[in-house]
Amino acid sequence: MNLTQIAGGIVGIFVDKNTRLLVQGITGREGQFHTRQCVAYGTRVVAGVTPGKGGQKMDHTPVFHTVKEAVGQTGANCSMIFVPPPFAADAIMEAADAKINLIVAITEGIPVLDMMRVKNDLSGKPSRLIGPNCPGIITPGECKVGIMPSPIHQPGGPIGVVSRSGTLTYEVVHQLSREGIGQTTCIGIGGDPICGTSFIDCLDAFEKDPETSGVVLIGEIGGTYEEEASEFIAQNMTKPVVGFIAGLTAPSGRRMGHAGAIISGGSGTATGKIAAMKKSGIHVCEDLGGFGRFCTTVFKDA
Amino acid sequence: MKIHEYQAKKLFKKYGIPIPDGDVASTVDRAKQIANKLSGFPVALKAQIHAGGRGKGGGVKLATSMDEAIQFADQIIGMTLVTDQTGPEGQKVKKILVERGLNISEELYLGIALDRSNAKIVIMASKAGGMDIETVAEESPEKIIKVFINPLLGILPFHCRDIAFGLQLSLSVMKSFYEILTNLYRLFVDYDCSLLEINPLVTTKEETMMALDAKINFDDNALFRHKEIVDYRDPDEEDPLEVEASKYNLNYINLDGNVGNMVNGAGLAMATMDIIKLADAEPANFLDVGGGASEEMVEIGLKIILSDKNVKGILINIFGGILRCDVLSKGLVEAARKTGINVPVVVRMEGTNVDEGRKILSESGLNLTMAVDLKDAAQRVAKLVTNG
Repeated sequence: MNLTQIAGGIVGIFVDKNTRLLVQGITGREGQFHTRQCVAYGTRVVAGVTPGKGGQKMDHTPVFHTVKEAVGQTGANCSMIFVPPPFAADAIMEAADAKINLIVAITEGIPVLDMMRVKNDLSGKPSRLIGPNCPGIITPGECKVGIMPSPIHQPGGPIGVVSRSGTLTYEVVHQLSREGIGQTTCIGIGGDPICGTSFIDCLDAFEKDPETSGVVLIGEIGGTYEEEASEFIAQNMTKPVVGFIAGLTAPSGRRMGHAGAIISGGSGTATGKIAAMKKSGIHVCEDLGGFGRFCTTVFKDA
Repeated sequence: MKIHEYQAKKLFKKYGIPIPDGDVASTVDRAKQIANKLSGFPVALKAQIHAGGRGKGGGVKLATSMDEAIQFADQIIGMTLVTDQTGPEGQKVKKILVERGLNISEELYLGIALDRSNAKIVIMASKAGGMDIETVAEESPEKIIKVFINPLLGILPFHCRDIAFGLQLSLSVMKSFYEILTNLYRLFVDYDCSLLEINPLVTTKEETMMALDAKINFDDNALFRHKEIVDYRDPDEEDPLEVEASKYNLNYINLDGNVGNMVNGAGLAMATMDIIKLADAEPANFLDVGGGASEEMVEIGLKIILSDKNVKGILINIFGGILRCDVLSKGLVEAARKTGINVPVVVRMEGTNVDEGRKILSESGLNLTMAVDLKDAAQRVAKLVTNG
């Protein structure tokens, strides 16, 4: 389910039409709603997990008590998690323990210490975690593992999108599609202080993906992910990158909705991030209203 | 979430971390009683507000006699303390901590924080105690010792040794330092702290160690499992509109400008504030109604924006995903009917069910300006607030 399979005509990174999706928390309100949306988009949803509800069905999808059981019976290789915050870290580690390749945690509000334990636990395991507190990942036209509105996407590439935000990504993707710029894969890495997958992981995969010819990177205040990404781009990327940073007007010391979006002690400012991006040759768009047109200019030769 | 020094010291006491004798007072009489009980001077009187920099602002005094103690208590209780962290409007002092003075021989800094970039807990220590640690970090980072701890393993004896020897502590206080550090780590993890600082941690002439100050911040996401910490919340330290918004799970932050705005999603909300500024106006707030907002939440959000008297115009920017445009529009119409919107409103909607949403708004008879896109929306609202 990765780049190596591109020979078979598969577009995008991390998820594609061969992805076999399992949904943890499938019987909850959000789990049900978004599972149906993913099925409607064409994602192969093979199983659900809700402890205590094994043996039941959610629409046509079989529900299991445990992830191991679900993987054994259905060959699921990707999990989407809607489990509430107090139990979400446990759910992620359960998926990793069952050797799920890709774990996409949608849940918002997981305690930071829980996520630190998860991150350290996963560091020795082959599973990739995207999120938490993220909209998920979509390879338009092939596979959606997340909660993003489907119709705004345009299949076929050639642009990859990676972002820390949800609705801001929808805004950007919408503008891209309106300009006739399709997407290979769009990934929301999440707005929490600890993310399973970083900008760098995604940039690296987009750089290696032959179908992707340019990347859009949407950052925001807080932390140093954007600075690290800028460094990586300067050193390793040949494809053009358009960047945007939200939070130029955000006050210091306040948590701006996302747990990770906070300027602390003068670090993590939008100005600092924009400077780092420009220095690394990233095409920084400072006017969200004109983002689509800006991309058309930058990517016209890409 | 932040708590006061006296509350943090209660937790220190519970975890066996030595603190000076003392108690908290909200009246001069009570302060006098406490000072009496301490039987001896000097006595420290410390204003209890969340912001740092209290000493420089005149909120911390050392009294050498009862007369002085009474005089200082009278000065501090009820004063509006302005520090470099409170903003120019300052913070009213309602409580003071009255504590026994100590024979200090050395002041150290000790802090525990979450290191985002490598997902470890970091312990920071420095001999440059009592000073602003951020200044130390900037000007002489080599003076700060950092030890990173894997939360799956916890704190180990060698971590303590690395810090203790790094601080060149005398062997006589080594054992109590190890105890303080391991207990502090335990407190940090038990209560899901995001920052824990003792500045200064002092060694006394009697060769004991004591936490002279205490600062603890907690991870808001973990408060669901720490009900007793939630009880420490002090609404006087928060903006009343923000307190109101938090009751409904709305992410609202009050700012200085005059363009109110309501957006779904934190990233888009920040970007909307930025684009208002780009159009030469100033945002009055940050308000994220969330991805799954209901009609009721839209209504409450609008009410909160309108109760900010600085607001001269409102920009509503919704990218319909889970929150559908028709739901938003119904909430908006309902809110407008109930509250009576008395400032111009510009609406920009896109996404799920946008046509139905636009129809509901245009048939509502409300005086709304529909923007074609984000740029148009920002420019229109900016024009409306500048032209009155």
